[in-house]
Amino acid sequence: MDSTTGGADLRLLALTKRFGDFVAVDDLTLTIPSGSFFALLGPSGCGKTTTLRMVAGLEEPTAGTIVIGDQDVTWTKPYKRPVNTVFQSYALFPHLDVFENVAFGLRRRGTKGVDASVEAMLELTELGGLGRRKPAQLSGGQQQRVALARALINEPKVLLLDEPLGALDLKLRRQMQLELKRIQTEVGLTFVHVTHDQEEAMTMADTIAVMNAGRVEQLGSPADLYENPSTTFVANFLGQSNFFDGSITERSGGNAIVSIEGNRVGVLDSRVHSSGSRVHVGVRPEKLRIQFAADAVMGEDTNRLEGTVVSSSFIGVSTEYRVGMPWGQQVSVFAQNTRRDERLVRGAEVVISWAPDHAFALDAAQDVGAGVGGAHAAERPESAGP
Amino acid sequence: MSGGAVLATSVEQQEPRRGPDLPRAVGTSRATPYLLLSPGMLWLAVFFVVPTLMLLVTSLYTGSLDQGYTFEFPGHWATYSNALTEYWPQFLRSFLFAGLATVFCLVLAYPLAYFIALRSGAWKSTLLVLVIAPFFTSFLIRTLAWKTILADDGAVVRTLNSLHITDLLTWLHLTEADRILNTPLAVVLGLTYNFLPFMVLPIYASLDRMDGRLVEAAQDLYASSWAALRKVTWPLSLPGVVAGTLLTFIPAAGDYINAELLGTAKVSMIGNVIQDQFFVVTDYPTASALSFVLMLAIISMVFFYVRRAGTEELV
Repeated sequence: MDSTTGGADLRLLALTKRFGDFVAVDDLTLTIPSGSFFALLGPSGCGKTTTLRMVAGLEEPTAGTIVIGDQDVTWTKPYKRPVNTVFQSYALFPHLDVFENVAFGLRRRGTKGVDASVEAMLELTELGGLGRRKPAQLSGGQQQRVALARALINEPKVLLLDEPLGALDLKLRRQMQLELKRIQTEVGLTFVHVTHDQEEAMTMADTIAVMNAGRVEQLGSPADLYENPSTTFVANFLGQSNFFDGSITERSGGNAIVSIEGNRVGVLDSRVHSSGSRVHVGVRPEKLRIQFAADAVMGEDTNRLEGTVVSSSFIGVSTEYRVGMPWGQQVSVFAQNTRRDERLVRGAEVVISWAPDHAFALDAAQDVGAGVGGAHAAERPESAGP
Repeated sequence: MSGGAVLATSVEQQEPRRGPDLPRAVGTSRATPYLLLSPGMLWLAVFFVVPTLMLLVTSLYTGSLDQGYTFEFPGHWATYSNALTEYWPQFLRSFLFAGLATVFCLVLAYPLAYFIALRSGAWKSTLLVLVIAPFFTSFLIRTLAWKTILADDGAVVRTLNSLHITDLLTWLHLTEADRILNTPLAVVLGLTYNFLPFMVLPIYASLDRMDGRLVEAAQDLYASSWAALRKVTWPLSLPGVVAGTLLTFIPAAGDYINAELLGTAKVSMIGNVIQDQFFVVTDYPTASALSFVLMLAIISMVFFYVRRAGTEELV
């Protein structure tokens, strides 16, 4: 292991995994650059964990190739791969103490100087002094760190994290997200992180691949994916959107003009992901500006629609307005609570507006509901009652 | 979000029930736990403590069945030294045979339990029933059946003879004169056969309970299949192994049926001696003394074994 160069590129080529008739991973091709923090994001059952398990060697691919650095590891036994995993349930060895759990990989490979390495790793993961505890005597956050230390100490070329924070409560999860990011920056390894939590993926990853039904829907930086999604699934999975049905009437000067129920709005050409003219124009609720109709000023927001406030709910940091459009659609608007306009009450005539570079246009053939609440449904299956 | 709120309240409602400081229910007192324990304690007193004391007293009697037994303080302790001097070989043989049977059981049971727990899939229940199936027939009948199976003119012995395996066994002093019945080997085989399920079931329970992801984690951390078995699966199954070896060794050490039916007087075990002393010789003090020594020997062995195996540290 050369720790100086850190991680290595991970390349997946036409990777496919079938369980009987079910295609878990469908012809997946990805390159994860060395030293990056890469997230595979998707709802449960989208194939992200199966992909991870194939990289770890715990699952055999039906077809395709896995390359780490310049080594083809597709058929390499798991214990011979330069890859370590932080498991979802941690899978700490209950009969070994923290020290021996962390030392496990080094001992199997007969590395010299185990004690010093383990102590250093325990320090890095803030577990100093807990070496002689058994996993059962640790809190969830501490167990999580042991799982991380146990994998990191082997200096793998690629570190795989399978929903590593799923079992922690919200506050601890936030804290561990930052800590993981710090450790990744410090050790410079390639991290591949599987999660269904879009916030977690966006907080930590440099690059996110949004997966759906065994395929990558879209690949990009968190901001890219959020601001300029290319499918309704990605748009909905990463956050809330308002979708207006419209059709492109003309394209000129890097802009597409879309007609929404007779209103003309502009969308940047680079944000139009549709070959046909029928589109869903998507705008995130916090990109919309809401103003009292009588004295509305437009400024840079060249796109405007008129409507009536249906409801407003005070959230604290912002207020959510539901605005009814003349054609019956309701639009959601998040307004920062910097200067609340007291006139924006139920029944008020308002103008909503946005800039052309804050909208995106998606193929109208796509289901506007795809991926809605996917993350949350997966996170809290118990609340999805009949 | 309403789902989360509902969840939160339901958790809150459960909290008092989980709390450590349970308010005492109306009409109960500090005596309640002891009252609840009393039937069990009474049972133990009547059927364990009293008989054990009677056994101890009987072992210190003097006299004979015809003239009547008497107890004179502080008791006839010479019975113990006489019994041990005369029957120590049977003691040793019992522990040797029981030990061998335990080892054979472990060697047979571990792979079997491993397969049933981790590899049998849909066949799991069927295989478990098959392990227990012999219990539907009496212990005596099954042991008698082995008499037929291992008989001198039986197919087993003839096959082993023609393969010269009996020669090897004779050379190892396990059998004599090309036969298996009435040899130490037959007794150990009988013990192994009879106590195998007691070894399989606890090991199965341990392995079945084990989190399979731990083996994956071990493999992910550079452990080959063999290393994962040695460093993860085996230590985690130790509670089952300890329970199984105890459940096999203890009854096997006191067993006399197998030695009676499959062995000869030359290879009798301590159980045979005790049975003889009670029912044939009717020397009750000697029989009691031997029983008592056997019990103490097993208890002390188990004590040291469990201490060494350190099961209390295992999860």
